[in-house]
Amino acid sequence: MNFRRLWSPKTSQKIMNVVFVLSGIVTLLILIIILGYVIIRGLPAINLEFLFTSPLESGKEGGIFPMIISSLYVTIIAALIATPLGVGAAIYMSEYAKNQKLIKFIRFGAETLASIPSIIFGLFGLAFFVVFMGIGWSILSGGLVLALMALPTIFQVSEVTLSSIPSSYKEGSYGLGATKLQTIFNVVLPAAIPGIITGVILAITRAISEAAAVMYAVGSSLAIPISLFDPGRPLPLHLYILATEGISLENAYGTAAVLIIIVLILTVSTNILVENYQKKIMGK
Amino acid sequence: MNREKINEFLIEKGLFITAIFSIIIIFTILIFIVMEALPAFQEYGFFRFMFGMEWSPNDDNFGVFTMILGSIFVTFLALMMAVPLSLLCAFFMEEIAPNKVKIFLKPVIQTLAGIPSVVYGFFGLTVLVPLVREYFGGTGFSIFTASLILAVMILPTIISVSQDAIKSVPHDFKEASFGLGSTNWQTIRLIIFPAALPGIVTAIILGIGRAIGETLAVIMVAGNVVQIPGSIFDPVRTLTTNIALEMGYATGLHYNALFGTAVILFIIIIILLIIANYIQNKHGMDIGGGTL
Repeated sequence: MNFRRLWSPKTSQKIMNVVFVLSGIVTLLILIIILGYVIIRGLPAINLEFLFTSPLESGKEGGIFPMIISSLYVTIIAALIATPLGVGAAIYMSEYAKNQKLIKFIRFGAETLASIPSIIFGLFGLAFFVVFMGIGWSILSGGLVLALMALPTIFQVSEVTLSSIPSSYKEGSYGLGATKLQTIFNVVLPAAIPGIITGVILAITRAISEAAAVMYAVGSSLAIPISLFDPGRPLPLHLYILATEGISLENAYGTAAVLIIIVLILTVSTNILVENYQKKIMGK
Repeated sequence: MNREKINEFLIEKGLFITAIFSIIIIFTILIFIVMEALPAFQEYGFFRFMFGMEWSPNDDNFGVFTMILGSIFVTFLALMMAVPLSLLCAFFMEEIAPNKVKIFLKPVIQTLAGIPSVVYGFFGLTVLVPLVREYFGGTGFSIFTASLILAVMILPTIISVSQDAIKSVPHDFKEASFGLGSTNWQTIRLIIFPAALPGIVTAIILGIGRAIGETLAVIMVAGNVVQIPGSIFDPVRTLTTNIALEMGYATGLHYNALFGTAVILFIIIIILLIIANYIQNKHGMDIGGGTL
């Protein structure tokens, strides 16, 4: 018995249409259920006091202000370090590298770095930044680990952006007698900025969500970090501790909702940027 | 004039260093992880470490094989759930759905990819664990629960990379198939799927990598007992969770053995990447990173 004979092609087309539509609906439902549940359970906990006060009794009461500051701190450090490195690498790839083997090798390197599990970054952060470099459990160690994780995203997105810049731009610049460097800094980079910003926001979205990579580098202090060498506790780590140590379910929901709202804002702004950029490039 | 030349030269070299920086980092990570793991390998023996069934740090027993099996179990079960759904969804978005639906679903996939893994774990802990406990018995902390969460987490990876693969199938293939009177489903099944298969395999491998490497979401729902599970509703401990659970208080050889666990994890990831790269090169495709 041939399976294909069971139904006529037209019937199986109809059946499959339903299955395909269902797959889309299921995917959408998964997102709605998770987002909806966390936000609905979390919103009642969120108010100005929750956002702007320090936790009391190790997070049972009070707010998450020090965690918001820690998250901002480590994420900004990560972006400040990873952006020049990632963009520099992308410029090298699109403007200088000629050896195809080298190009492939560098891309493979970025892919590998992007695929290393965050817990390995966590161990490396502990062994390298905290112990070997002697930075200790601090915002700086956490930010440095996140910078390494953010690097491949910024590099990959910037490379795609730079290679999509029309060569007529460059030719025009060379035709006016500009040097290669002048062309890169005055023509190529300005045109690529929206794309690069998109890459940076994508990287930030990941960095701000990361807990496993920083849990052994950043310490886990409940105090507001002031200097780079103070320990801190970013939001995802706080959520992890609240949930697994059963400290406060209510505050855990609140923290989770805050995290999700941040990620949603970042995702929406990436999309708006990409859309504007595409319109501009297409000349519409 | 000369100074300008020197400047250009220096900047080119500087940019070159940023370009190979990723590779420098990878080697630094590798060296540090291996160095910290070495005492465990030397004292305990690499093969005994990798294939030993007993993990009891108090008695200086460091066999990680049960954890390797644990990682394989949860990843395999997660794939069984995620692959069919994500392939259907990828084909739906590329070949079936009207443009408006596609534009609507794209941010949905992006958002799924953007949800922090701790939030997934927290959702699993507060929602899925009680549900599994009620309907399937046991504590609710199980291989099944962990795979369910992992399946959702790898959906966006598999969907978006498969979409790239489907998109890169030449239009002529489809047109020829339609021209012969095939239906859409026949074209997808007999023409597009085989042509996109290498890319789809790459997508699945990237999904495997993500599932094997996930830590905190799994810790929160897997129960973390070191044992060979008897059923999918038994608790399990994976390689990643072993590290995260015990690193906080490990000292001496125990500390080294946890780095050893990371080395095993590293080796698995590198093997997966090499396979993915081999497939890509062999079939002459370029799938952009899977990050977008």
